[in-house]
Amino acid sequence: MATTHYIGQPTSRVDGRAKVTGQAKYAAEFNAPGLLHGVVVSSAIAKGKITHLDANEALQLEGVLQVFSHQNRPDLAWLDLSYKDMTAPGGSPFRPFYDEKILFNQQPVALVVAETFELARYAATLVRVQYESEEPTTSLEANLDDLYTPVSFKLGYQKPKSRGDFKAAFDQATTRIESEYYHGAEHHNPMEMHASTVFYEENGSLTIYDKTQGVLNSQHYVSMVFGLSKKNVRVLSPFVGGAFGSGLRPQYQLFMAVLAALELKRSVKVVLTRQQMFSFGHRPVTMQQVAIGATFDGKLEAIRHAAYSETSTFEDYVENIVNWSGMMYSCPNVEQEYKLVQLDMYTPLDMRSPGAATGVHALECAMDELAYKLNIDPLELRLRNYAEEEPSEEKPFSSKALRECYQQGAERFGWANRNPEPRSTKDGTALIGWGMATGMWDAMQMPTRATATLTSDGKLTVGSATADIGTGTYTIMTQIAAEMLGLPLENVTAQLGDSSLPLAFVEGGSATAASVGTAVTYVCEKIQKKLLKLAQAANNSPFAKAKLKDVTFSEGYLRLRSDATVAVSLTELMQQNSINTLEEKATALPKLLKQSKYARNTHSAVFVEVRVDEALGSILVTRVVSAIAAGRILNPKTARSQILGGVVWGISMALEEDTFMDHTYGRFMNHNLAEYHVAVNADIRDIDVIFVEEQDTIASPIGVKGVGEIGLVGVSAAVANAIFHATGKRVRDLPITLDKLL
Amino acid sequence: MNSFSYSRARDVAAAVDEVALPERQAKFIAGGTNLLDLMKENVMHPRHLVDITHLELNTIEDTLEGGLRLGALVTNADTAYHEQVDTRYPLLSKAILAGASPQLRNMATNGGNLMQRTRCYYFYDTATPCNKREPGTGCSAIRGFNRIHAILGTSEHCIATHPSDMCVALAALEAKVHVRGPHGDRAIPFADFHRLPGDTPELDNNLQPDELITAIELPPQGFADHHSYLKLRDRTSYAFALVSVAAALELDGDTIREARLALGGVAHKPWRDPEAEALLIGKSATRESFQLAAEKILQGAKGFPYNEFKIELARRAIVRAFEQALTNEK
Repeated sequence: MATTHYIGQPTSRVDGRAKVTGQAKYAAEFNAPGLLHGVVVSSAIAKGKITHLDANEALQLEGVLQVFSHQNRPDLAWLDLSYKDMTAPGGSPFRPFYDEKILFNQQPVALVVAETFELARYAATLVRVQYESEEPTTSLEANLDDLYTPVSFKLGYQKPKSRGDFKAAFDQATTRIESEYYHGAEHHNPMEMHASTVFYEENGSLTIYDKTQGVLNSQHYVSMVFGLSKKNVRVLSPFVGGAFGSGLRPQYQLFMAVLAALELKRSVKVVLTRQQMFSFGHRPVTMQQVAIGATFDGKLEAIRHAAYSETSTFEDYVENIVNWSGMMYSCPNVEQEYKLVQLDMYTPLDMRSPGAATGVHALECAMDELAYKLNIDPLELRLRNYAEEEPSEEKPFSSKALRECYQQGAERFGWANRNPEPRSTKDGTALIGWGMATGMWDAMQMPTRATATLTSDGKLTVGSATADIGTGTYTIMTQIAAEMLGLPLENVTAQLGDSSLPLAFVEGGSATAASVGTAVTYVCEKIQKKLLKLAQAANNSPFAKAKLKDVTFSEGYLRLRSDATVAVSLTELMQQNSINTLEEKATALPKLLKQSKYARNTHSAVFVEVRVDEALGSILVTRVVSAIAAGRILNPKTARSQILGGVVWGISMALEEDTFMDHTYGRFMNHNLAEYHVAVNADIRDIDVIFVEEQDTIASPIGVKGVGEIGLVGVSAAVANAIFHATGKRVRDLPITLDKLL
Repeated sequence: MNSFSYSRARDVAAAVDEVALPERQAKFIAGGTNLLDLMKENVMHPRHLVDITHLELNTIEDTLEGGLRLGALVTNADTAYHEQVDTRYPLLSKAILAGASPQLRNMATNGGNLMQRTRCYYFYDTATPCNKREPGTGCSAIRGFNRIHAILGTSEHCIATHPSDMCVALAALEAKVHVRGPHGDRAIPFADFHRLPGDTPELDNNLQPDELITAIELPPQGFADHHSYLKLRDRTSYAFALVSVAAALELDGDTIREARLALGGVAHKPWRDPEAEALLIGKSATRESFQLAAEKILQGAKGFPYNEFKIELARRAIVRAFEQALTNEK
């Protein structure tokens, strides 16, 4: 694809109009005649058991059909394995209504089903639940004695890997720093609440609109738990109002809506409340220790990175927190440790850039501390330790334009003008600081299938059971397909979020564009081949000897590459051959053997300016430059939006986000959007995004590496480092609220 | 939804009559920006709502004394952007605009702003004990997460704060609250409107259940030349104050002739201390003078594990607010 019409163009979202006009329907917005509404009753305690659950008062109301709980749950699958979704960590997944035990606060204990939502909500207040409460254990800091090393397998998890002899090298290092970092719990808080609308069909099959990042994952879960054949369970999720990882695992509203639909043989909708959005997984509280030893001229000799984090009593949630310290810089001696404590809470859950958002934060703050100790510019320190090859696996990178990111980002930001002295720049009552950090994430391609159907009117439909969680999947699928067959964008329709479409993985890990994009490319290539064959079948065809590489597809025509005037219209070609539709399926498998010889990652360099009120401690991030190396950018507009969102979240994570656990009750207390602070418009000023393109067909055949996570990684560290530069205070706890600077 | 009945009052007298029937457990509703949330959260359970939005309390008028009378049903937004308020009482405009969001300010009324309830996490969560919500159950915040709680005027029963920004300015301006009850009209000085928690934390203010706020009266002195509303919070917009300061000065050259100081986010009511203000009278408008006033108003302040910082923050914010007030001559 030497020249392109659509790929690489800043195409506006193809679903944008549907979204802003309200035509795009989300899981809770589907309705049917006679639809029932379910409202979840959540437990008021964190640990203990239900001694009494009385639903009589609720059931006496006219229009209340049933109250489900552990008392009347039908027999369901009994193997743990049946409850394990595709992204589950090790352990025994939570089973709603399994028994009287309470394992975490806000555990769903009953589902009230009624003719209207309002009635169900009122009836839910009449369900009397009595508990025998035990003292919950929910504090990571207070329970570090119970740390253990998880043996859990989880998709994408890699065990930490030490190398060399950290202790000896650290002891001999001329310059050493040792620091501890802490961050509180964070919740995903997508705009759209989790919801499932289950249509109970006459033949007993289910059509489910679910808020999910993976329709096949939800379909798998429902069929396993309820013992249904997959052909009788169709899950759709055409639009997702943000997810950030919260839709990776099927959440309990799906279980509840399906349970009620099957038992009552009616269609049922269950929508969680904002408060309940704080009941099923969060970015776990983590304490980290980073020790770095270096030579006097800033060459890293030893890194130790330990992370102590929390999980539930029933699953080992794991993420790659410390691993990045072995991958980002050239350093011969690295020691890594990762341990968990089991607490009386729900299992934590992958949240945008899981592990990296926090692990890289600690490493990159420590690097800044080292730079100051060495009296070396923070950017220069990173360049002196630039990893030309990936040091933990000792493999070359498939591509790595991080040096260009540093260079272009620094230039755009004006980093060269920085006075390294903390507190050196003032403007009235404000101290101004500049900080920077590096970011890193994985480039992944997952096995994916796609279909394509070309009709004789020149309309093309491509489909895959992937998701668009607001990232722009519809748009890039459309762009790629339009490019491949030379059709106008408006002639191409992308389909996704439907379990009847061909296989795609759960949308996560920034793998979707590379995976689905490749599958769409392959399937369109198959259509291209078919069209070429048709063209060759004609008498005296000018394409007779042409191979696929000798032709192009543009403006609705198949053309000879050597002479674009030799062309045949695709619609005519099909009509002449009396073909109404051309249909193809393709499977795109990553080339594992080739890929395994390389480390495949995205990188970023983030530069941040803050203004800190010297007396009052209030912080404003006034300027961010984020330079991203993430392979080929399919759509600079939607990709930029991804990075902007990541940067905004990084600011939010650095300064605001924190879910407070009251350890007496084992309950998150600020469970609403008024008191759980996410950045608002007034917090956000200039954000400048630079894409440094890389040519990389190893990471994926279409050169894409993914941009979903990389925009967030490193941002909070750059903010914290800028705050140090402004104030001379090193705040090692996130979020950095004003009281920490008084 | 909890079921409740609803009626629309045709005039003030009828509204007061309608709310007075004790068996109705009735509440007035205007903008509903707080009451509806509290009903949905099961925190408040009125059996009857008297809709007062059609009463003719929606004007802003000059008073004979040279002040301004703000109708109880004028929205916060219309009040803040009202030409007379903006020119004569810019402190009030700024305080209103520092609160909530444009959407909320468009709905919320002046009377309702005074009646909004605390944002204490425990008050809002019926799974936890709270003396304000259920007297006698205990205060979870005292030993719990109390970052947003009070440092002044607390009791062993309650450490909640009043969340309003507007009320902090009204306290500084010495507004009067006009109310109508079954026995006629009365005016409550702003300082006496809200209460401290004491051993009745369930009561936020001294308005009787059958009384209706009809207007807020601003005295002639608006401190338009030297005032500041400084709000410190955990994000730049749409967050309640950790500490807010309404500061106002009347100057004669460099000498302070009159001073007002009220704090938000630190107590169960907008916090004033006339002695702190008196300390400033006749003094030069210097940082040292402002520091003295800050020390005085914060005398007796007591922090809790998560909000100890508010004392120092308030001290610095007061000084800054007065310094800002010096430079904002119109």
